[in-house]
Amino acid sequence: MNAIYNFVYFILSFLVLSIIGLFVSWIDRKITARIQWRVGPPWYQNFADIIKLSGKEILIPENGNKFIFLFSPILGLISATICGTIIFLVLKKNFGFGGDLILFVYLLIIPSLSIILGGSSSGNVLASVGISRELKLLLSYELPFICGIIIPAIKSGSTTSLIEIIKYQEINGSNILSFSGILGFIIILISSVGKLGVVPFDLAEAETEIAGGSLIEYSGILLGFYKLTKAILFVVVPIFVVILYLGGSEVNSFGGFLIFLIKYLIVVILITLIRNTNPRLRIDQTLRFFWGWLTLIGILGILLTLSGV
Amino acid sequence: MAENKKVIVPIGPYHPLLEEPEYFQLYCDGEEVVDVEWIAGYNHRGIEKLSESKHWEQVTFLVERICGICSTSHPIAYCNAVEDLSGIEIPERAKYIRNVIGELERLHSHLLWVGLAGHFLGYNTVFMWAWKYREPILDMFEMITGNRNHYAMLRIGGVRRDIEDEDIPVLKKTLSEVKDKIKMLTEAVLDDPVLGARLKGVGVLKKQDIKNYGAVGPIARASGVDIDVRKDDPYAAYNLVEWKVITTENGDVFDKAVVRLLESFESIKIIEQSLDAIYHKKGEIWKEVRNIPEGEGIGHHEAPRGEVFHYVRSDGNTTSPVRHKIRAPSYVNIPTFKASCIGQTISDVCIILAGVDPCYCCTERVAVYDKDKKKKVYSFDQLVKKSIEKTERIKKEIGKEGKLWKKLL
Repeated sequence: MNAIYNFVYFILSFLVLSIIGLFVSWIDRKITARIQWRVGPPWYQNFADIIKLSGKEILIPENGNKFIFLFSPILGLISATICGTIIFLVLKKNFGFGGDLILFVYLLIIPSLSIILGGSSSGNVLASVGISRELKLLLSYELPFICGIIIPAIKSGSTTSLIEIIKYQEINGSNILSFSGILGFIIILISSVGKLGVVPFDLAEAETEIAGGSLIEYSGILLGFYKLTKAILFVVVPIFVVILYLGGSEVNSFGGFLIFLIKYLIVVILITLIRNTNPRLRIDQTLRFFWGWLTLIGILGILLTLSGV
Repeated sequence: MAENKKVIVPIGPYHPLLEEPEYFQLYCDGEEVVDVEWIAGYNHRGIEKLSESKHWEQVTFLVERICGICSTSHPIAYCNAVEDLSGIEIPERAKYIRNVIGELERLHSHLLWVGLAGHFLGYNTVFMWAWKYREPILDMFEMITGNRNHYAMLRIGGVRRDIEDEDIPVLKKTLSEVKDKIKMLTEAVLDDPVLGARLKGVGVLKKQDIKNYGAVGPIARASGVDIDVRKDDPYAAYNLVEWKVITTENGDVFDKAVVRLLESFESIKIIEQSLDAIYHKKGEIWKEVRNIPEGEGIGHHEAPRGEVFHYVRSDGNTTSPVRHKIRAPSYVNIPTFKASCIGQTISDVCIILAGVDPCYCCTERVAVYDKDKKKKVYSFDQLVKKSIEKTERIKKEIGKEGKLWKKLL
C-alpha cells in the first residue's frame, strides 16, 4: 500500500514539477524577450512545444548505442523529478534525514551525467565535443557549488539536513544576512547558472558553435524529456538556493507561501538577468573562473563562516 | 593532407553559424583546431555568365542580386566600371546621392554584423538590440528608394530617383537618433569585460598576414593596414566630403568590431554632409548614355566588407558586356582563416570565421560535380592544373608571347 502511495506521489509531483517548470521557463523567456525588445511567446508556448515534440518521430542514430541513447533522457528526467519530490517534502517538513543535503548534491549531478551519456551514445562528432565540454563544465562548477552549500550548512549549526537548515533560519533569520552569507549566495547563484546550463555557461549546447552539442541527435519525445529535465531543474535549483540562503519564513501558511514565491522568483529573475547580459564563455575561461576566483571566494566564505562573520 | 589529422568537426554545409551553405572542416585535437579546410561551391549561380546575356542597363539590377546585404555595392562598382569604359562624368548631385546610399548600406551592414557576432557569442541581447537600431536605417532606405532592400537606385550615368528636399530634415533627424543609439551600443560593447575576454587576442591577423592574403576592408584596417578605396581612388563624391579612415593596430576580432563600430560614425558624417550638399546643389541626377563604345573598364567600391571589383569589356556592337568579371571582398577575406584560426579553440574559430563578416553567395566559384556518383570531379589543384595546361596550349597555338610579358620577363 505504502509503495503504491509513494508511486502516486512521485507521479503527481512529476506533473506538478513539469507544469511549474514549463511555466517558469516561460517567465524566463518572456523577460528575456522584453529585455531584447521582443514581444515574447504566449504563456502556453512551452507546453505546446512539449506536446508537439511528443508527436514527432524518434530518430535513432545507426552507429550509436541504442539502449543508452533511449535510456539516458529518462534517467535524467527521473533524477530531476526525485530532486523535486524531495524538495517539496522538505518544504512541507514531513521528510528528511541527516545527510539529505549530500544526497541532493549527488542527485543534481545525474541530469548532467545523463546528457553526457546520451551524447556519447549518439556517435556524433559535434556531440562528442559537447560532452567533453559538459564534463569539464560539471567538474568546474561543482567545486564552488559545494563551497556555496558548506557555508549555510556550517552556519545552521554544522548540519547536513535540509530541514535543520530551514528550522535554523526560522529562528535566527536568513543565512544571507551576514557578510559570508552574501559571498555564499553570490557563489551558489553563479554556479547554479552553470548547473542550469544557460548563457554564459551554455557551451555544452552552444547552438552557433556545435549546433546543439550533446543533444544534436535527439528528436521527438526524447528531446522533450531533456527539455522537461531542464524545466524541472529550473524549479529545483532556485528552490534549493532559497532554502539554503533565503529561508526564514513558514511555507505552509498562505502569507508565508507568497513570500517564498517572491524569493523564488527573485532568484529566477537574477539568473535570467545574468544570462541576458553576458556572452558565452570559452571552456578554459569557464574553468579558470570557477576554479579560480569563485572557489577562492568560496574558501574565504567558509573561513569567515567558521570565524562567525 | 597530413596523416595525423585528428577528429574532423564539420561547420557546414548547413550550420547555425552560417547563413548560407558553406563547408568548413575543422581538424581538431580536443578543442584545439589544428587545420581548417574550406569547401565552397554549394551556391554557384553563374552571375558573370548571366550578365553576358543581358542588356547593359539590366546588368545593374542583376548584380544587385549577388548579395542581399551589400546589395548596392555591386551596382556602384559595376556603374563605375561602365562609366570608366565609356568615359562618362556623372552629375554632381548623383554623386552625392550615391554617397548617401553607399554609406547607409555600410551603416546597416555593420550593425547587422555586430548583432550577428553577438548571437554567435551567445549574447542574444546585443543581437536583438543591434537589429532594432538597424530598423530606422532600413526605414530611411524605404523613404529614399522605395525599398528596404535591393534599392534599385543606381543606373549607368547617375541614379534613378532623386532625394526630395522635404525628406532631408526627416532623414537627418532619424540619422541623429541612430547616431545616439550606435554610440550607446559602442560604449556597451567596448566596456563589457566578458566580451573583451572573449574577443581580445582572438584570431589575430598581423600586417604581414593581411599583405600575404591580400585581405581588404575592415579586416585589413583592424590590423593597421590603411586601405580604403574611397580614399585611395575616390569615386562618387567621397573626395568632396570630410571623413577619415579608421584603423586599429591589434588585428583581433575585438578590433574588427571596433573598426566597424567607429566606421559607422564616419558613415554618418559622410551622409550628413552629402545631404547638405544635395539640399544646396540642384541639378540633374542622370546623364543619358546612348551606346557603350568598344573597350574595357574597371570599377570598384568600398563595400562594407571591403573592396568590390568589377571589370567589364565591350566590343562596341552588342548591347551586353562581352566579359564581366566580379571579385567580391569575401573572396580574399575568407582565406585569411588559415592564418587566424589554426591553434585556436572551436569556440574561438566560430567567432573568427564570423569576424570577417563572410558573405558566401558573392564568393562562390565553380564546382564540378558528377551527377550520378554524387561527388566532386575536380579538386582545386586539378582545376588549377587544367587551367595552366590550357594556357600552355593557347601559347603553342598562337606561337608567340605578348609584348608586355616579354618586358616583364
